[in-house]
Amino acid sequence: MNVALVPLTGYLILTLLLALWAQRQASKNTGSGFIEEYFIGGRAMGGFVLAMTIIASYTSASSFVGGPGVAYKLGLGWVLLAMIQVPTTFLTLGVLGKRFAILGRRIHAVTITDFLYARYKSDAVVILCSVAVLLFFAASMVAQFIGGARVFQAVTGYPYEAGLCLFGVTVVLYTAVGGFRAVAVTDALQGVVMLVASVVILFAVVRAGGGMEQCIQTLKSMDAGLITPSGAGGAIPAPMLFSFWILVGLGILGLPQTTQRCFGYKDSKSMHDAMVMGTLIIGFLLLFMHLAGVLGRAVMPGLTSGDLIIPSLILELLPPFWAGVFVAGPLAAIMSTVDTMLLLVSASIIKDLYIRYRLKDDTSKISARKIGRMSFCCTLAVGLLVFLASFNPPDLLVWINLFAFGGLEAVFLWPIVLGMYWRRANATGAVCSMVAGVAVFVLLSVGKIPLGGVHAIVPTCIVSLLAFWLGNFRGRPVSDDVTRLFWGD
Amino acid sequence: MKKAFRQADREALITLGLYAFFFVWWTVFAFGLGSGDPEEYSYVWGLPAWFFYSCVLGYPVMSLILWVVVRRFFVDIPLDAPDEEQHGEEKK
Repeated sequence: MNVALVPLTGYLILTLLLALWAQRQASKNTGSGFIEEYFIGGRAMGGFVLAMTIIASYTSASSFVGGPGVAYKLGLGWVLLAMIQVPTTFLTLGVLGKRFAILGRRIHAVTITDFLYARYKSDAVVILCSVAVLLFFAASMVAQFIGGARVFQAVTGYPYEAGLCLFGVTVVLYTAVGGFRAVAVTDALQGVVMLVASVVILFAVVRAGGGMEQCIQTLKSMDAGLITPSGAGGAIPAPMLFSFWILVGLGILGLPQTTQRCFGYKDSKSMHDAMVMGTLIIGFLLLFMHLAGVLGRAVMPGLTSGDLIIPSLILELLPPFWAGVFVAGPLAAIMSTVDTMLLLVSASIIKDLYIRYRLKDDTSKISARKIGRMSFCCTLAVGLLVFLASFNPPDLLVWINLFAFGGLEAVFLWPIVLGMYWRRANATGAVCSMVAGVAVFVLLSVGKIPLGGVHAIVPTCIVSLLAFWLGNFRGRPVSDDVTRLFWGD
Repeated sequence: MKKAFRQADREALITLGLYAFFFVWWTVFAFGLGSGDPEEYSYVWGLPAWFFYSCVLGYPVMSLILWVVVRRFFVDIPLDAPDEEQHGEEKK
């Protein structure tokens, strides 16, 4: 099995080299210039890199391992559910893109919290956002690392810890050294690796199953539910299916790791191109990976855990060397999510907390070199903490991870959307919405309160919208400066 | 700058329209063709027809429509046009 390690190591080295190259492209700036360089790459992304980085930071272990695993158990209905995510890129860019790009340049924003501060002028909003980012991202990163190390273990046969060290160190290192440019460029590479891996894996499965028609008929004879929209045993009821149009549909407008990308592109044309390319690529990726999971059942029925299907397919159907090449697919999905979150956590600490509160937003008090060293050390330290936590994950982080995705949406969705499109939205409303949203989401999820198949995110969004509206009555009206900045009049 | 914001808002509305279109496409094909008895399904390329139209065909069609819409209705606006009134404030 050792031979699988060769291409994998080669791939990791390639990622590192690419990151170094990207970092050398960065211009040497001073003060606030450094911040915009390190955390948003000087707002220079073109269409292809923009599309890839949105897709790569969005698709994670769950799209490459967990999702196909559920598809293995439930059939084509779960692929249908996964395809709800096709609009991710064009929705994010189309709804938020241009306003974010224009405002980001005006207020020098590198994080969503920057943007929300400019809009609501409230410390409570900044603190809540930062806590949400630190907590939910830390938990998600640990979960991603664990997922990656397990895939590595399953495919290579080496211990969990070895895999963790290998790609954990790689991702922490290139993110800390290269900043946003390294993250964006490696995301693009990782996106391409994911694409190629998904094609190879799907074709290998179809071939092993005796062709598409044969595969589907085999599944039908196992359980006709596998080829219906409602899944095996009707496990995907319509209310659940439709609530995913909120969770992984409209709700993604509240995910800081994808929406932050809207600050970083070069010009309108990049955004237009990315909307088209991004939709085609993410659709392709989601379809191929999840379909591979479903068809995998026709080839390898009887796996104990659905999560094993993708590693098992790679291992069984591909020669060892090529298994090493294509296990890079899931690892790429994981690394490209972790690098983004890592950099955003670091940005949150440096920009949202340190510069805003310690330096009172005055970057002239500090030299560019010092801020550079701090940003680097901060990214490295956070990365190492996450890395160490993944060896023996604390129960608390594993538990928080269950709410991370929905929790981020509960915190950020309405403050972002209403902040941008409702002139009277004020800080009190935003704070009420964040607090109420998280509280309802966690209560509903922990209490396992039955909602007739509807996902907890749906009542969460409704309650946090109401809380925003009610809180808004008590808040102070929006100042003229903010109105002028955000609406130009 | 107001004009740029207006244009951005118009594009956001168009995007939501496209999103609604994708939702309808996905729903109509999945449930229109897929709700019946699996014994009576028709197949395209070996896949059940509901799946083929909603999932396999859905996203390329969407991308094609996006390509046309972006070229026809999205405007190449400058993102960093200096705004005279604002210039003082952004420095804080």
